[in-house]
Amino acid sequence: MALVSSLRGIGSRVVNAVWRIGYATRFFLMTLYYSGLSFRRFRLTVREIFFSGVMSLIIIIVAGMFVGMVLGLQGYETLKRYGSESALGSLVALSLVRELGPVLAALLFASRAGSAMTAEIGLMKATEQISAMEMMAVNPIARVVAPRFWAGVISMPLLAALFSAMGVFGGYVVGVVLIGVDEGSFWSQMQGAVDFRHDVMNGVIKSVVFGVAVTVISLFEGYDAPPTAEGVSGATTRTVVESSLAILMLDFMLTAFMFGE
Amino acid sequence: MSTELLVEISNLNFAYDSRAILKGINMSFPKGKLIAIMGLSGCGKTTLLRHIGGVLKPTKGYVKVDGQIIHDLDQEGLYKMRRKMGMLFQFGALFTDMTVFDNVAFQMREHTDLPEEIIHDLVMMKLHAVGLYGTQDLFPAELSGGMARRVALARTIALDPMLIMYDEPFAGLDPISLTVVGELIRRLNDALGATSIVVTHDVQESLKIVDYVYFISNGAIIAEGSADDIRNSREAFVRQFVHGEMDGPIPFHYPGGNFSKDLGVRV
Repeated sequence: MALVSSLRGIGSRVVNAVWRIGYATRFFLMTLYYSGLSFRRFRLTVREIFFSGVMSLIIIIVAGMFVGMVLGLQGYETLKRYGSESALGSLVALSLVRELGPVLAALLFASRAGSAMTAEIGLMKATEQISAMEMMAVNPIARVVAPRFWAGVISMPLLAALFSAMGVFGGYVVGVVLIGVDEGSFWSQMQGAVDFRHDVMNGVIKSVVFGVAVTVISLFEGYDAPPTAEGVSGATTRTVVESSLAILMLDFMLTAFMFGE
Repeated sequence: MSTELLVEISNLNFAYDSRAILKGINMSFPKGKLIAIMGLSGCGKTTLLRHIGGVLKPTKGYVKVDGQIIHDLDQEGLYKMRRKMGMLFQFGALFTDMTVFDNVAFQMREHTDLPEEIIHDLVMMKLHAVGLYGTQDLFPAELSGGMARRVALARTIALDPMLIMYDEPFAGLDPISLTVVGELIRRLNDALGATSIVVTHDVQESLKIVDYVYFISNGAIIAEGSADDIRNSREAFVRQFVHGEMDGPIPFHYPGGNFSKDLGVRV
């Protein structure tokens, strides 16, 4: 009996997981389908870009700066062993543009803006604001979800670019200003090593993909949250956990495609 | 009740999985009337309202609104119908990120091409109608419970609906707000020439204003009639409900098993 019961439990979990993936996919497709309003009344999307993008600027700028400073310090210590301190600029820039910029900015975006989106939509549902909208013949997917989705997709690459730029500046401050690496070689090595299409554009593609993943997860978790305090709290936690795992998993897959031999 | 019907419910049955919520409900809502649906919490009142709004589909029977079976409509048809309806939610459901003005103007901006000056005048008139002119720049968090309910009422009547539904409009209000909201429901119904359906368990307040009452218990209608019929009803459940008696068909004690045995007392 115990075996049957545990098998039934596993089966139920698998069915639930498949059902949720299907529901999330349908939710994503509906969001795309009802995206017209987000562009016809672009100020709705601009408002959300302010809340998810602009309000994340401080954390992105500060984190980017410190990550760049650490890269500058660690990179210098390692490169010095091989007498290649002049390559510090290319190390800092490539690490940031290819990997750390898109990945860390997306992780920070998921924690700062993604969780806020989940909590906001979850609370709108719990306080019947979503139902009220439906009863007023206004489609909540078009009015509430789609503008937030596009705001996330637009904000994410911009935030990742800013993160990388601040990181390079942080690396410059530590490497050139504080440690004394030659400024000319720092910038020229960077210029020579970073390829716009191969490195920068692939980084941008990554950040767009992460933007889609994080916002879809955040919005879906909010929309699907049980309308209770515990429900919204659980959904917010799931958003951060699922987004972080999705970012890291997608990063590996994209890196394998983009930079694998 | 022989006048023209706006809403007609026939043999409505609804079940969640195998649990029956509504059982063979028949109701008529004539145009221009204010009708209450009463019953204990969890008896199926709000589920009934959701059927009228086209949110839920019955497992058997139908709900006709303005001559159309609402659950047969596609999304476009349903949204078209809902533009002629208004619904006041239990705690107002105001959009917390918008001011009072934007809340009331919401439907006007979404569904009409009216210029902003006209919307401004209309919003002020709606706010004045509920006695809250001057609150337009406040946010919902700055309003008392009664004020929030009145703003929600102004938003509900923004497009002059033909049918207004109220889900527990009296819940959690102080005595003054209770009277104000009750009076507004009656006045707005008559002024707009609308039909109103009030789902409530507040007997005393609703009996003062309604034209007709349906009593629901366990998903079925157990009594109906005018306010006076309900006040003088001999039906045991209705009497207990109207007079707020502690014990009766609805027992005070939860059917929790043998209490004496639990205490180890031999009877």
